[in-house]
Amino acid sequence: MIEIVSRERCVSCDICVKVCPMNVFERGADGIPVISRQVDCQTCFLCEAYCPTDALYVAPYDHPAPAGSAQRDEAAQVAAGALGAYREVLGWGRGRRAGSLLDENHRFGPNSPGGVRP
Amino acid sequence: MNRADRLGSGTLHTDVLVIGGGPAATWAAESAATAGVRVVLVDKGYCGASGAAAASGNNVWYVPPGPQREASITKRADQAQGLADEGWMSRVVETTWERLFDLSDWGYPFPVDDGVQRRGSLQGPEYLRRMRRRVHRAGVQILDHHPALELLVDDDGVVSGAAGIARQDGGRRWQIAAGAVVLATGGCAFLSGTFGTNVDTGDGHLMAAEAGAELSGMEFSTHYGPSAAWGVHTKGRMLQFATLFDEHGVRIDIPPGGSVRSVAMEREIAGERVYASLVDVPGHLRPMMRNSQPNFFIPLEKAGIDVFRDRYPLRMVYEGTVRGTGGLRIVGDDCRTTVPGLFAAGDAATRELITGGVSGGGSHNAAWAISSGTFAGRGAARFAAGRGIRAAGRLQAIGGTGLRPQQRPVPGLAAIMVRAVQERILPPRLTARRTPEDLTITEASMESLWQQARDHLAVDQLHDQGRELLKARQAAAMVAHLRWITASALYRQESRGMHRRVDHPGRGDQDHRILVGGLDTVRNRPEVESGERMAS
Repeated sequence: MIEIVSRERCVSCDICVKVCPMNVFERGADGIPVISRQVDCQTCFLCEAYCPTDALYVAPYDHPAPAGSAQRDEAAQVAAGALGAYREVLGWGRGRRAGSLLDENHRFGPNSPGGVRP
Repeated sequence: MNRADRLGSGTLHTDVLVIGGGPAATWAAESAATAGVRVVLVDKGYCGASGAAAASGNNVWYVPPGPQREASITKRADQAQGLADEGWMSRVVETTWERLFDLSDWGYPFPVDDGVQRRGSLQGPEYLRRMRRRVHRAGVQILDHHPALELLVDDDGVVSGAAGIARQDGGRRWQIAAGAVVLATGGCAFLSGTFGTNVDTGDGHLMAAEAGAELSGMEFSTHYGPSAAWGVHTKGRMLQFATLFDEHGVRIDIPPGGSVRSVAMEREIAGERVYASLVDVPGHLRPMMRNSQPNFFIPLEKAGIDVFRDRYPLRMVYEGTVRGTGGLRIVGDDCRTTVPGLFAAGDAATRELITGGVSGGGSHNAAWAISSGTFAGRGAARFAAGRGIRAAGRLQAIGGTGLRPQQRPVPGLAAIMVRAVQERILPPRLTARRTPEDLTITEASMESLWQQARDHLAVDQLHDQGRELLKARQAAAMVAHLRWITASALYRQESRGMHRRVDHPGRGDQDHRILVGGLDTVRNRPEVESGERMAS
């Protein structure tokens, strides 16, 4: 579930408010989005993908991280390189190549002659 | 610009209204707009991020013309156990093939290998972002965060639009009159959490049933996907290569004919925890795997798991009619439903036409979304063009349960109902292996729940009305789904495809699809051959 909105990185563009399919965010009074319905978050990471400044972090769990968890600690996640990791692998952002160009699923599927089999 | 007109009294008028924002909806909207009519697309969430496909990766049933395609159709017709239609399979695989050339022309960055563009896999976020852009350029008016709550019909019962709320605009009510409606609202995954599907609560089916639409194949709704025990990322493909362990760290052998998924499922039913690791995958494949399915690896990495070294606990998450095949019954090549003016595409429509009673894996879903969206969009455009637009004043909103309670509203009912439904559908012991006793209990409890919903389910607080209204409708849709699923599972007194009856372990003689419909009274009937089984 969504855990972190970095006040330092956020540029108040409201893209996350708009793209979240579960309508989890609200625009805050100061322009920084507020996680107002965390319980509705479906952990799809799409807000991370669309955030132009890598200001969001979605923990991998289907429940809120407990208080004191590193999953809620911005400094820890920045140090781990987790903020923006999904956007980078998708190749979204200026100067990047689309990640889909590296897609090799055709080697792994049941319909892949000469491909990799389990 | 090909935009809908806004006329008086807040009603928008258009030729085709598409409800939904995933692949099927975008292919339908693009196809209708390209056919030259005005199109509005309303999505519950954000078109481009909503639904299972946007969140995930999508393998596509993408086979070149010629002997390879014929062999693929024959093989899949066999797997479908008599319930698919080779004519439909053929036009789906052909249309999917053509449409992926279009997607390439629109700029989707397909990988190139050996000098050939590989178009059999679509990375979800990139795919839906491109589709949104294409739909926008085709002149479609996209309204995000505009969940539809009910259909509008004219005096003849022809579906002529929908009404809903703008949930990021204080829950403002909207109404759109249209010459035809395409439902591409996805399946129903019962808020199980399975990757990207929490928008898929079956709202479209409920609206269609209120207009009298029939459904088909609802018994084929028993599929589960493997995810980390703490998460929701049901990504199966890379787990084909996994080694399984029990809770003591002892390796579990995969029996002949079995799979990682089947073993994990059996252990889940038995209440035993299974652990997975990709420790045995050769080093040269590892980067290739990570590039191909990043959203399998990233959630694990965030949890501190190096899956090529560590083991992690699995759970099986219910996937409802998203991976199941059932949905609205289709009665024409243009994906029309049994209600005039109403078309269905993607997971909202039954996928039995190409997969019968088996899931067929994600590749069938993706191909079905592309092709059924194309058929439905073109069909709805033709229907609307032949009809002209009716005056909105003559339209009637037909939503019932959750919107217009027959008695005093009961606070908190929606959440209670969702929990009650989930308790009877999510556990594998109830759904993956069905007994008549369990089904009968579910049938009785859901009948009483539906009566309560019809009488008392409504918005129960003034704060955040839009969200409350949507939750009430979602709860009603889930109760209705479980009733259709349970009735159909009782009606099919055999095991076939993914439907497994403990009391009828073998395949019987019900070589036909099973239809279901109704809300206050749920009724099944066989789809009979005499001219009713659709010609291809």
